Amino acid sequence: MASVDFVNVKKSFGSHPVIKGVDVEIADGEFVILVGPSGCGKSTLLRMLAGLENISAGEIRIGDKVVNRLAPKERDIAMVFQNYALYPHMTVAENMAFSLKLKGASKAEIETRVKPAAEILGLTPLLDRYPRQLSGGQRQRVAMGRAIVRDPQVFLFDEPLSNLDAKLRVAMRAEIKELHQRLKTTTVYVTHDQIEAMTMADKIVVMHDGIVEQIGAPLELYDQPANLFVAGFIGSPAMNMIKGRLDPENASRFIALDGTVLPVGKPVEAAKGKDLIYGLRPESMRLDGSGIPITVVVIEPTGSETQMMAKLAGVDVACVFHERVAARPGDIINVAIDTRSTHLFDAESGRRL
Amino acid sequence: MSTTSSETRPSFLTSLFRNNNALGVMFMLPAAVFLVCFLTYPLGLGVWLGFTDTKIGRDGIFIGLENYEFLWGDSVFWLSVFNTVLYTFVASVLKFGLGLWLALILNENLPFKSFFRAIVLLPWVVPTVLSALAFWWIYDAQFSIVSWSLMQLGLIDHPINFLGDPVNARASVIAANVWRGIPFVAISLLAGLQTISPSLQEAASLDGATSWQRFRYVTLPMLTPIIAVVMTFSVLFTFTDFQLIYVLTKGGPVNATHLMATLSFQRGIPGGQLGEGAAIAVAMIPFLLASILFSFFGLQRRKWQQGGQD
Repeated sequence: MASVDFVNVKKSFGSHPVIKGVDVEIADGEFVILVGPSGCGKSTLLRMLAGLENISAGEIRIGDKVVNRLAPKERDIAMVFQNYALYPHMTVAENMAFSLKLKGASKAEIETRVKPAAEILGLTPLLDRYPRQLSGGQRQRVAMGRAIVRDPQVFLFDEPLSNLDAKLRVAMRAEIKELHQRLKTTTVYVTHDQIEAMTMADKIVVMHDGIVEQIGAPLELYDQPANLFVAGFIGSPAMNMIKGRLDPENASRFIALDGTVLPVGKPVEAAKGKDLIYGLRPESMRLDGSGIPITVVVIEPTGSETQMMAKLAGVDVACVFHERVAARPGDIINVAIDTRSTHLFDAESGRRL
Repeated sequence: MSTTSSETRPSFLTSLFRNNNALGVMFMLPAAVFLVCFLTYPLGLGVWLGFTDTKIGRDGIFIGLENYEFLWGDSVFWLSVFNTVLYTFVASVLKFGLGLWLALILNENLPFKSFFRAIVLLPWVVPTVLSALAFWWIYDAQFSIVSWSLMQLGLIDHPINFLGDPVNARASVIAANVWRGIPFVAISLLAGLQTISPSLQEAASLDGATSWQRFRYVTLPMLTPIIAVVMTFSVLFTFTDFQLIYVLTKGGPVNATHLMATLSFQRGIPGGQLGEGAAIAVAMIPFLLASILFSFFGLQRRKWQQGGQD
């Protein structure tokens, strides 16, 4: 086990920069998730850590060793690939034992390492099968088994769940998290799915366009997004963004473009007169007869909650109510806004005020 | 209401067209006729000629196995069998080794990759007779560029007798055949290499494999099905080779490079003994069948390729 440090890491493909200076510190035993939209450089960063891509500038350290120039096999890391990358001509047992076999381990030693790993992952009855004979979830487990057997310093996961169906994904999510709690090996995990990031990570690194937008614990990112990008990326349905300005007389009143007045939790006097964006979480509204009127556009009851698309201040907003709403499209309902979870962003810089 | 139409009995033709088996036969008929006319008839005629004493200008009569009995005692025929097996074996091994090596190089990220891939195909694209003529000059007893270059370098003091000496002649025709056959092997294996996901190589390198181990434990086993196909075709092409030999040596010197195909032609057409020539050609069939059987077993889906979806 080891810590991992990225120090001002940069990467360009030709003249095209994909990683524009990334600093991340990962503590020993931490489960860190790199998350961001496709093309943000998160997978490239992981591959640089694995040694599969060159580092253009900066420094990557595993433990206190700089690994910039080390070959992948010298870095003592194990990686689970998006397509699992199982060797199709080897059985499950052979796949898991491959790294040990390369090291010249004895048959007995291989057995003592593979067996417990297979046991942990429930692969024992499948050890003699070939990858083609396994389901997606089983292959996923074999890929993890191959990593566990290595007992590496760091586990790397590159979008490991994206080829699974939704139900299996939820199950595997819990399994990976449990595995990490048991093994306590430093883990770096890449995904584009913010739900995966929120549910599994100790620490999330939100990336966008080759830079780190924000680093923090899951709820920290949810409650205090640093900027518009993080605010829009974390949370599902996404945060609603309403353009407008603060009332020049009263900083606790936000006036949207169409004149609708919205309450502000934390008035910022200095922001008066600036173009602002009002961030409103879909789940921070509740039904209240004396509240702000919104027009129902689409209503989607899911049983446990009611999702709704509605018009507020002239824009479409998503709302989530934890109660049943007996409204129909076109109806006008009144909602109160919980000002503890509203945010103001500078429209120009995107920073949260 | 909808049952009224089924009251009328369908005509014979309609029912024929509704019968899947009959329809299948009808669809296959044109292809079958084509195969019979252009493949089975010449093959059957060849086999039949082998059992007759047909000469050019004279219809033969059936003489049973006499042609084969004669060939059994004919040392030139046995020499040609030996030559063919040697030629096929050595050329195939060289083509496989060099072709695989070339394919591995072309699979790397080289600058001008597609240009090099196109260049590699050239020997395969040039008509055999043309390249054989070029080799004829390269191997010329007096004007050979190889001899000339080596003499200029001071390595030898008189021209090499490429095609005049039995050992040299065999080596020379094998070299020419290898030159011509490599592109097929290299490009086919390259296609095979490209089906191997790069993430397998990456996984292996993370697992601690050196580049040799990656080749030995990942690339090679995954390539074996394609190697089996490619080498079967390569062996078949080489075993039945005719053009190259006929242009370069016509089987000489002293039959040292006579292959079964060239001997069959020599005896059958210039020699006029159509029956005997056909018998030599028919004698190739067991060898060819053996290599087809080899590929049949080599090509069988391995256990790891079976079952499940991707």
